[in-house]
Amino acid sequence: MLHLALFLMFGAICIAGAINLLVQSHPINSALSLIAVMASLAVEYLLLGAEFVAAVQVIIYAGAIMVLFVFVIMLLNAGVEERTRGSRVAILFGIPGVLVGSVLIAWLLLRHSGTTAVGIGALPGSPQTIGWLLFHDFLLPFEVTSVLVLIAIMGAVVLASRPESIEERRQG
Amino acid sequence: MNVKTYIFVSVIKTVIALFVLLTAVAYSVWLERKVVGHIQNRWGPQRVGPFGLLQPLADGIKFLFKEDLTPPHVYKPLYIAAPMIAVTMALTSIALIPVGETVDLRGLRIPLQITDVNIGLLIILGVTSIGVYGVALAGWSSNSKYSLLGGLRASAQMVSYEISLGLSLVGVLIMAGSFSLRAIVDAQKGFFWGFIPNWNLFHGQEVAFFVYLMSAFAETNRVPFDLPEAETELVAGYHTEYSAMKFAMFFMAEYANMITVSCLATLLFLGGWIGPLFGPPLLRAILPVLWFFLKVLAFMFLYIWVRGTLPRFRYDQLMGFAWKFLFPLAIANLVVTGLIVALRA
Repeated sequence: MLHLALFLMFGAICIAGAINLLVQSHPINSALSLIAVMASLAVEYLLLGAEFVAAVQVIIYAGAIMVLFVFVIMLLNAGVEERTRGSRVAILFGIPGVLVGSVLIAWLLLRHSGTTAVGIGALPGSPQTIGWLLFHDFLLPFEVTSVLVLIAIMGAVVLASRPESIEERRQG
Repeated sequence: MNVKTYIFVSVIKTVIALFVLLTAVAYSVWLERKVVGHIQNRWGPQRVGPFGLLQPLADGIKFLFKEDLTPPHVYKPLYIAAPMIAVTMALTSIALIPVGETVDLRGLRIPLQITDVNIGLLIILGVTSIGVYGVALAGWSSNSKYSLLGGLRASAQMVSYEISLGLSLVGVLIMAGSFSLRAIVDAQKGFFWGFIPNWNLFHGQEVAFFVYLMSAFAETNRVPFDLPEAETELVAGYHTEYSAMKFAMFFMAEYANMITVSCLATLLFLGGWIGPLFGPPLLRAILPVLWFFLKVLAFMFLYIWVRGTLPRFRYDQLMGFAWKFLFPLAIANLVVTGLIVALRA
C-alpha cells in the first residue's frame, strides 16, 4: 500500500518535471527539472526492486551527464530563450498525434507483452544478476555497444579539435 | 523486531549520528586551525576556553547573528537552494556508514549504522554526485564573475576526479565481492604472514588507495586541489556572495564531506572497525567503535597535514593529473586486480 502510494507520487513528480522542462523558458530551470525527472525515475526503479539500476541512474544520469549539461549552460551563459507562438500545424496535428500515439503504445504494451502488472519489488535487480546477464548472456551486444560508444567519443574529439591544428600536424 | 521498536531504534540512531557528525564537523574546523597553526609556528585558537576548545561554539553563534545579505543581482530561488542542496547531500551519506559490529542489546540485534543496504557504496556515490549541484548552482546563481569561475572549476574538477575515484573503488569491490560496506569490512579480517593485518591498504590495493586519496582530496575541494575557492585569484570562488548561515552551510558541507570521505577510506582500505580486542566484555563492545574513530581521525589529520604542507596546483596541471595520470593508473590497477582475483578463483 505504502509502496503503491510512493510509486504513484513519484510517477506524478516525474511527469510534472517533464512538463516543467518544456514550459520553462530558462535553460537552467529546464536542466534542473530534467534532474528531477531522472531522480524520480530512479525512485521508481528502486520501488520495483531494481536497486542497482536505480543507483546507476542517479550516478550516471543525475550525477554525471546532467552536471555536464549544467556546466555547458553555465559556460555559455545561455540566456532566456525566445518564444514564438508555435505553428498552427503543430497544434492541429501534434497534440492529437501525441495522444493517439501514447494510447496506442500503452494498449499494445498491456495487450501483447504477455506480462501482467509487475509486482512491487518483484524484478530481479541485484548487481549479481545484472552482472551475470551483461557478461554472459548479452556479452556480444554489450561489447558492440562499447565499440559504438568508443566511436562516438572519437568522433566528438575529431569534431571538437580545431581544423587548423590538424592541418599543421599534417604539414609538420 | 516489531515496527514500534524498529522506528524507536532508528530515530535514536539518527539523532546520535547527526549529533556526532555535527560535533565532529565543528571540531574538525578547530583541529584544522590548531594543527595548521602549529605547522606555521603559531598557536591557533586559544582564547575561547581551554586550548580554544569553545571556539567552534563561538563561531556558530557568530554565524547566527551575522546579517544575512542577499545581493540584488542574484537569481534568488537557486541562490537560496544551493547551500541547502550542498549541506543536505553532505549530511545524508552518513546514514550508510557503519561504525561497528552488530551489538546485542537484551535480545535486540542492533547494527551500528542507521541503515544497512546491500548497495550502500553505490548510494553514497550517488548522493555525493548530486552534491556537486550545490557548488555549481551557487556559482551560477550568484551572478558574479568570481563565483561563476569557481562554480565552473568545481564542476569540471569534480566530474573529472569522480571517474578515477569510482574506478579506484572497483578493485576493493572485486576483492570483497559485495557493495555492502559491512561485507567489505568483513572481507578484511585476519592477518597474512602471521602479523600484517589483512587490510586492503596492505594487501593488494596500495595503488587504489593512492588514487582514492588524490581523487578524494580533489572531490572535497581541498588543498592542493582547492582551485574552486582559490583566495588569491577568485576571492572565495563559488561562495563569494554568501554570508551568515548560508555561508556556514557551505562550510559545514565541506567538512562533512571530508568526514564522509575519511569514513569511506577507513571502511574500504583501513579495515573499518577491525583492531585488537581485549579486556572485559564491555570494553570489547566499545573497542571496535574506538578503532574506527581513531582511524577516521588519523585520515582527517592527514588531510590537514597536507593542507599545511603543499601549495596549490595550476589549473592545467590539475586536469592533466586527473586525466593523464590518475585515470590510466586506476584502470591499470583494476585490470591487475581483476586478473589476480580471476586466476586465484
